[in-house]
Amino acid sequence: MSVLTDLRIGETATLIALDLPDSVQNFLMHMGFVPDAQVTALRKAPAGDPTVYAIDGMEIALRRETAQSIRVRSNTETATGAVAAELSKIAANTRAEAQTEIHEFAGATR
Amino acid sequence: MNACCETPAFEPPQAPRSGGLSTVVLIGPPNSGKSTLFNRLTGLRQKVANYPGVTVEQRMGLMSGVGRDDLTLIDLPGVYSLTPYSEDARVSVDVLKGKMPGTPKPDAVLLVLDSLHLTRQLMLAAPVLALGLPTLILLNMSDVMESRGGKIDTLKLAKELGAPVAQISAVHGSGLDAVPLFLNQCALPPAAKKAEQLLTLPVLGNAASTHRWAAQVSRRTGYKAPLSAENSRKLDSILLHRIWGPLLFLAVVIGVFEVVFSIGQPLSDGFGDVLAKMGALVRPLLPAGWLQSLVIDGAWKGISSVLVFLPQILLLFLFIGILEDSGYLARAALIADRVMRTTGLNGKAFIPLLSAYACAVPAIMATRTIENKRDRFATILVTPFMTCSARLPVYMLLIAAFIPAKTFLHGFLGLQTIVMLGLYLAGFVAAMTTAWLLKSSILKSSEAPFILELPQYRMPTLRSLGMRLVDRAKVFMRQAGTVILSVTLGLWLLAHIPPVPGPGGHYTAPELADSVIGKMGHFIEPAIAPLGFNWKVGIGLISSVLAREVMVSTMGTLYGADPETQTMHLQNALHTDMTLGGAVALMIFFAFAMQCTSTMAVVRRETNSWKWPAVQFAWMLTLAWTGAFAVNHIITALFG
Repeated sequence: MSVLTDLRIGETATLIALDLPDSVQNFLMHMGFVPDAQVTALRKAPAGDPTVYAIDGMEIALRRETAQSIRVRSNTETATGAVAAELSKIAANTRAEAQTEIHEFAGATR
Repeated sequence: MNACCETPAFEPPQAPRSGGLSTVVLIGPPNSGKSTLFNRLTGLRQKVANYPGVTVEQRMGLMSGVGRDDLTLIDLPGVYSLTPYSEDARVSVDVLKGKMPGTPKPDAVLLVLDSLHLTRQLMLAAPVLALGLPTLILLNMSDVMESRGGKIDTLKLAKELGAPVAQISAVHGSGLDAVPLFLNQCALPPAAKKAEQLLTLPVLGNAASTHRWAAQVSRRTGYKAPLSAENSRKLDSILLHRIWGPLLFLAVVIGVFEVVFSIGQPLSDGFGDVLAKMGALVRPLLPAGWLQSLVIDGAWKGISSVLVFLPQILLLFLFIGILEDSGYLARAALIADRVMRTTGLNGKAFIPLLSAYACAVPAIMATRTIENKRDRFATILVTPFMTCSARLPVYMLLIAAFIPAKTFLHGFLGLQTIVMLGLYLAGFVAAMTTAWLLKSSILKSSEAPFILELPQYRMPTLRSLGMRLVDRAKVFMRQAGTVILSVTLGLWLLAHIPPVPGPGGHYTAPELADSVIGKMGHFIEPAIAPLGFNWKVGIGLISSVLAREVMVSTMGTLYGADPETQTMHLQNALHTDMTLGGAVALMIFFAFAMQCTSTMAVVRRETNSWKWPAVQFAWMLTLAWTGAFAVNHIITALFG
């Protein structure tokens, strides 16, 4: 379990929940921040914050405080242990690529 | 299958209108193209741009663009849901539900959705369809969607939603035939209806269930999302790059001003010559004497001294238009967010502040997108510091008169451009400092979330840019023909009374210094002399409280009325009558002072009290006086 700010640039995760005031949460959900949505950290603003996230085909910028309150499950979090972590690090690139391809495919067939 | 023919249950029975239809409303998520469509359907020119939140209040127009003069169309601010989140969204919801006083209850709805992100946009369809009004769903930007490999089955979607669906492109005006067709169908008696299909809508108000419903609908109807805009991402990887991003931002700003000077100045000079020749042509047609003096030396000199700047202002607006329509503005907001948050201003304040470079009045209205009231007030209070286009004639006149046309970096950067940028920067710094003061004292609030949707880049269309320029030119000319003309005539009159007995018993105009206006000027001179301003400038400061560009016309009229400077070019006349210190101080004064009654009126309206505009006026005047005083003394000490 982690939050949106833990994502490295280019990394994709599955959204779990939003821990924000009702009005903000409602607003974000209408922008596509709903449970099970796939969120990708796209890029940081030149000053390092806010960060642009891709969700549901849209690009939305969030400041750190807001992104911190959005819980996600990293799609690469399955491996455990030091060796596995090392392995997953090696596999990260390939996996990220495959992941985006899968999502693109899923998005395309949806 | 057609919900549009259903008579709304809450139709007031006492008003059986012919055809049963009189008001149609446009609704949709932000930046889905409602205003572009509104302009198409009405033939009007509502402001449009490529970022969310351009429209902040309802606008009405007759649908003459599709030959339906009998119908009123209402354009509304974009909303994501019918649970209002900010002031502008509340307007939309109230109008849609017929709760807005003074706005007719809508009889039919045109729901505009961006077909590039249909799944998410469909979330709005649920609460809108639940209103039970005849609704036509317009999938906008369908040309872009198809060119990127997206697909949509409109028949299936219409069946699923129980409402007609049409694909359109508001920018290119294609597919709009569906609108009059729909309106005709709405006018049919209910008997012509086909059997209604039961529409299952999600639990309203619950975003998660609405999203699930929208996802199901789009899956069942075979929606294939277009490939994400690779070009937008590629562009962003440069424009939002850590190093290149801010540098390009700076280069864009400097480039704009360089062009406004290097290309705009000769254009304005040429235009000025034409205006002067026109005056010279008319002069012999008028009898020599007071009428000639009033029309040529008074009114025409005053008005043309402002009109001269039209080419430069249009150039500036061309650039602002390109930046707004392309979608770059939202990126600029992202780059500048760091500065904004240091001051404590809401991240959403950036777009209103940027649009204040054109004019503070619409910018102050654009603050309605800011949800938090304290954040909104803070933004309203600092907005008039941003350099609006009405300051431009004042700056350009003084810069051309006093700042030498030196260039640096092999001619790429002019001293005049640097001074101009400095003035813009001074306004920005004053705005940020004031914001910081407000946000750390009387308008303190918890930090509001910054949520900004980055629109995809779009190529600005010539049509849209051309329309902006025509509108801008009209506003400028109207201002010249009303405010500036009346002030100029008033000034001329005050400069010519009381008449003094001349040779031969004829009464003639007094010396300018002895006229009523001259006495007024001399009366306030002690207050402004420390700033390096003479009494003529003082008159200009008073008259320009109406609008900043009145300063220039006032100078034109006063120096035109003075026999000593009558034949001179206004720049030269000023040059002989002011010091460099005074001139720069005058520019600083204009950078800070609140010289605009329209802005004060809109601040009063938006804050609903006279207190805020009064505080604002006093604070800006204090800053202007102090700043001008300091600058006058520093410049005089340095360059003497």
